[in-house]
Amino acid sequence: MNHLPLIIKREYINKVRNKSFIIMTFLSPLIMVGIFSLVAYLSQLNNDQVRIVSVLDESGLFLKDFENTSTISYNILDKLSLSEAKQISEESENYGLLYIPNSENLETLAEGVTFYSEDSPSLQIMNEVENVVERKVNSLKLKDAGINSEVIRELHIRVNAHQETFKGQETSKMGSYLKLGFGGVAGYLLFMFIIIYGNMIMRSVIEEKTSRIIEVIISSVKPMKLLLGKIIGTSLAGITQFLAWVILLGVFSIVITGIFGIDPSTVQTPQQEVINQAVDGGTQEIARNVIMEINNLPIVNLTIMFLFFFIGGYLLYASLYAAIGAAVDSETDTQQFMLPIIMPLILAIYVGFFTVIDNPHGTVSQVFSYIPFTSPVVMLMRIPFGVPIWQQIISLIILFATFIGTVWFAAKIYRVGILMYGKKPSYRELIKWLKY
Amino acid sequence: MEKLLKATNVSKSFGPYKALNNISIEVPKGSIFGILGPNGAGKTTFLRIINQITMPDSGEVFLDGKPLAPDDIRHIGYLPEERGLYKTMKVGEQVLYLAQLKGLSKQEAKIRLKYWFDRLEIGDWWDKKIQELSKGMAQKIQFVVTVLHQPKLLIFDEPFSGFDPINANLIKDEILNLRDEGATVIFSTHRMESVEEMCDHIALIHKSNKILDGKLIDIKRAYRSNTYEVGLLTENKEAVNSLIRERFDVSPASFKSINDELQYKIKIPEKASPNELVSFLTSKGQLNHFVEVIPSASDIFIETVKNN
Repeated sequence: MNHLPLIIKREYINKVRNKSFIIMTFLSPLIMVGIFSLVAYLSQLNNDQVRIVSVLDESGLFLKDFENTSTISYNILDKLSLSEAKQISEESENYGLLYIPNSENLETLAEGVTFYSEDSPSLQIMNEVENVVERKVNSLKLKDAGINSEVIRELHIRVNAHQETFKGQETSKMGSYLKLGFGGVAGYLLFMFIIIYGNMIMRSVIEEKTSRIIEVIISSVKPMKLLLGKIIGTSLAGITQFLAWVILLGVFSIVITGIFGIDPSTVQTPQQEVINQAVDGGTQEIARNVIMEINNLPIVNLTIMFLFFFIGGYLLYASLYAAIGAAVDSETDTQQFMLPIIMPLILAIYVGFFTVIDNPHGTVSQVFSYIPFTSPVVMLMRIPFGVPIWQQIISLIILFATFIGTVWFAAKIYRVGILMYGKKPSYRELIKWLKY
Repeated sequence: MEKLLKATNVSKSFGPYKALNNISIEVPKGSIFGILGPNGAGKTTFLRIINQITMPDSGEVFLDGKPLAPDDIRHIGYLPEERGLYKTMKVGEQVLYLAQLKGLSKQEAKIRLKYWFDRLEIGDWWDKKIQELSKGMAQKIQFVVTVLHQPKLLIFDEPFSGFDPINANLIKDEILNLRDEGATVIFSTHRMESVEEMCDHIALIHKSNKILDGKLIDIKRAYRSNTYEVGLLTENKEAVNSLIRERFDVSPASFKSINDELQYKIKIPEKASPNELVSFLTSKGQLNHFVEVIPSASDIFIETVKNN
């Protein structure tokens, strides 16, 4: 008798029809797009405002150097004492007052520069103002030393090293960021998937225990089949939800952009800024680089390994979640067992985002890409940087061997646990169950 | 008599704890077999072994003469003591799913479901969720799930718990009816009155061991104490009273009567005939009440458990 399709179908339909599942499917992308748009809108609002900064320059050296920018409008004060200038700035509700003292010596002048304001000023404004003063003081000093600042500018040569592997493949900084992006997305996706749907499996096991239907079911079905059906059914529901999220995210972004005229992509994340600075070239060159780098990525390798590591990693953790569900009576009892599951996952993400970025082929990265509980995430992040196939295969073999071990372990716990009611078991008792 | 189920020397331990010790039983075809025992005796473990939920450490179980195989689940209907249904699933879908797990086709299951839902008058529950039903209602559905695939062996673990007396009676009649149609029933219970009413065979399990086994009527014969309950109407109460107490092994009795009479429980020696007692009593007065004290299942249960 083949029960597996029946169980998978029930698990799937039951999950997908669940009200909170449906609500989450539609609400999550809406909330995400909403928050992004809000942030975009707010940062636009924030930057639109032009601040008025008064300047009291007693040295008279800087009069021509303060040019209005998109964020700051300068108001040059003349022939006033410092206290008068302060009073005027405060009364006219200026953002701040920049005071430059008069001094023979440029160093003491620079040290005497003071910015007065209502509260502590924003870093951006301070940077801008300091830059203006600094540039002027520097060029003045150069002049004192008898060097023309034009000469300096001409002497300056930008170096943008071409990167090439020993095998003659062209690479670029852009490429590194792209690789990081691909690996990061893959690793993070797996992490999220495990947490969300592993929990869902656990809850569904607990539900069968608390509703006491479990004994009725396993008088018809082998526990192993029920476990397998549950994991597959829930995973299919998870994939459905993920696909729905991707599609809905696209639709909602288009709709919101259309209605409000806000482009969520204008929100600059710190990483994007870094990329922009690193590339620092014309947009055409960026486009050329991106296409070249995408072509250079080991796409086939990446896709195949993504599937294998994703499935292996997910199943590994899913079976553990199911075992926890079987061991306890209610969700509140799961806490003590969750830690050993969550820890390696978080470790994997940290190793991925710090160590792999730093050195994709360093010892730490390598070791963690072999340990089965972290390898799916870490290896997925390393692969775009080029990992020899044999290493990937060894890591996969370890992963799947461990998976067989955890399924055996989970099935043992599951078989005994689903019939145990009452008190919460300790780790020692769980080990005893393995011998039943 | 042909045996439907045979268990030979079944043992099961959980770590150091021995849950079942060399249990052997034979369940005749078409009988209602009661498995009795105090809490924690190992009844549920034994029923789980028959259902292949738990594997025995040693010993074998035969169904219809053949060793129990995974496919046999379609011939067994099991109502566990810890029972429930998916709370958020609709009644109809749920029962269809469980029936399909037992190997019924969807069409066949629908036809039989209609029969049972009509019979128990629960047809309009089809689209309700279990959480909207009362506990008793859910129990009825659970019963339907157990019997729907027409198993030849029905196993009930405390079938009447959670039912009100009316529904308990209804379920009892359905069980008897299924037996008459050819099914064999094993059930475990604490309710001794339902043992009296329904079982023709019993096995008593105590502290993991089987301590008693056989036809209920044979067991009762074995446990008879040759005691008779007697009601004697006489003019000369005190004289007769002392006379009887001198001659017989007497204990006080009290039963409902409309006469003002002497009431006793009288135990006669094993080989003696009750006729002698009757002729002695009739010579002393008017014998209104004479009945053999038959040990109840409950008495037998308590006595054997105490002695072990």
